[in-house]
Amino acid sequence: MMLVIIAWIIAILAIVAAIYAVETKDLLSSAIAMGIASLVVSIMFLVLQAPDVAITEASIGAGLTMAVFVYAIGKTKRWEE
Amino acid sequence: MNYALVTPCYIAVAALLSIGLYGVVSKRNLMKIFISLSIMETGVNLLLITIGYVPEGTAPIENANFTKYVDPLPQALVLTAIVIGLSVTALAIAMLISYYEKKGSLEYKGGMKW
Amino acid sequence: MRRYAGAAIAIIFFAFSIGIFMQLASYNDYEGSNYYYKNPVNGSLANESVPSHYVKETKNETGAINAVTAIVVEYRGFDTLGEVTVLFTSATGVSFLLYHVYKKLKKREANLILKEGSKLVLPFALLTGAYIFIHGHLTPGGGFPGGSIIASGFLLMMLAYPEFFVREKSLSYSESMAGSIFVIIGLLGLLFATSFLQNFIPIGKPGYLLSAGIIPLIYIAIGFKVGSELSSIVQKLKEVEK
Repeated sequence: MMLVIIAWIIAILAIVAAIYAVETKDLLSSAIAMGIASLVVSIMFLVLQAPDVAITEASIGAGLTMAVFVYAIGKTKRWEE
Repeated sequence: MNYALVTPCYIAVAALLSIGLYGVVSKRNLMKIFISLSIMETGVNLLLITIGYVPEGTAPIENANFTKYVDPLPQALVLTAIVIGLSVTALAIAMLISYYEKKGSLEYKGGMKW
Repeated sequence: MRRYAGAAIAIIFFAFSIGIFMQLASYNDYEGSNYYYKNPVNGSLANESVPSHYVKETKNETGAINAVTAIVVEYRGFDTLGEVTVLFTSATGVSFLLYHVYKKLKKREANLILKEGSKLVLPFALLTGAYIFIHGHLTPGGGFPGGSIIASGFLLMMLAYPEFFVREKSLSYSESMAGSIFVIIGLLGLLFATSFLQNFIPIGKPGYLLSAGIIPLIYIAIGFKVGSELSSIVQKLKEVEK
């Protein structure tokens, strides 16, 4: 029962983070929102009983992908227009 | 028949894929397109693991107390797919940086005229 | 105009995929303690399916306790070789595209907590990554998460000290040696046993560290390779600064 409630909360958080990442004009906030979506999906992998995939997604999706995007935004423009 | 844990996962996958697709089709900034592509990859990995879920099963590590295990085959495929997603994104970002140095702006010119 | 077309495509895709997923949800339908795949066309149950065989026979055939590790290295080891090739290609591509090094860096001093804390955390991060890829056949994890944790440790040091760098020669040396060890173990399987990447070391007792044949050796090689490649990608992206 607790796992079902956690699954619903995680699904709503992931959808809200993805909508914010696509709509905003600030590229730095968009990259951070994408990192939040990856982190929350990594918790979902743990609810679905997959510990190897959860460790991999947490360290790659929420750590290295966001670092690559933030370094690239620092070299180009920050605002979209 | 127990659909209670799997329903929010499928809804989240469909929403992530649709939002990523909207971002790829209708945005003009190249960095925004790559961010939407990365969101779509996260959605696809979640779909593969949700298919292989067995209700009231445990993690696929040998244990004397349990008899039902979750399907281990999609997890082995997703483990590879996550690392490949990162490396392809890094290569695309490297190309984007060298494109910015040549042209001076991040929007692509030409292509289809809507 | 373009936004409305994009929104219409996204909504049609959403409705289509919800319809397909409700059909897919009936695949999570298993009876008893073994699971059989239900054929969606005529409803018959297959007698023995592939994942059921993997879960039952992993301990006897390979000696590993973690079923996902045994699938990645032993049963489907050739796909891991292809994935290592893709990583190598992308690291080469990144290093080839970014070759300008500008002269003056914008130096900004980091916080005191970050500087002292990252000096303390780095050895433990490397130790955790090494633990995860050495015990790949006993606990969850394996080569890929272990290499990523090592790369994250180096990323933390790069954020705290702007002049920190790992030497290019060491990274490329360790990456090539690890890749060659993977291929050499596969060729030794061709020499001593019957096919490429086959197990030729005796299995031993399951549950001990020195067991499960070639699985620990291959995972140590993959852990070194993935760690060096991801570190070199992040360092190359940081180094080229205006």
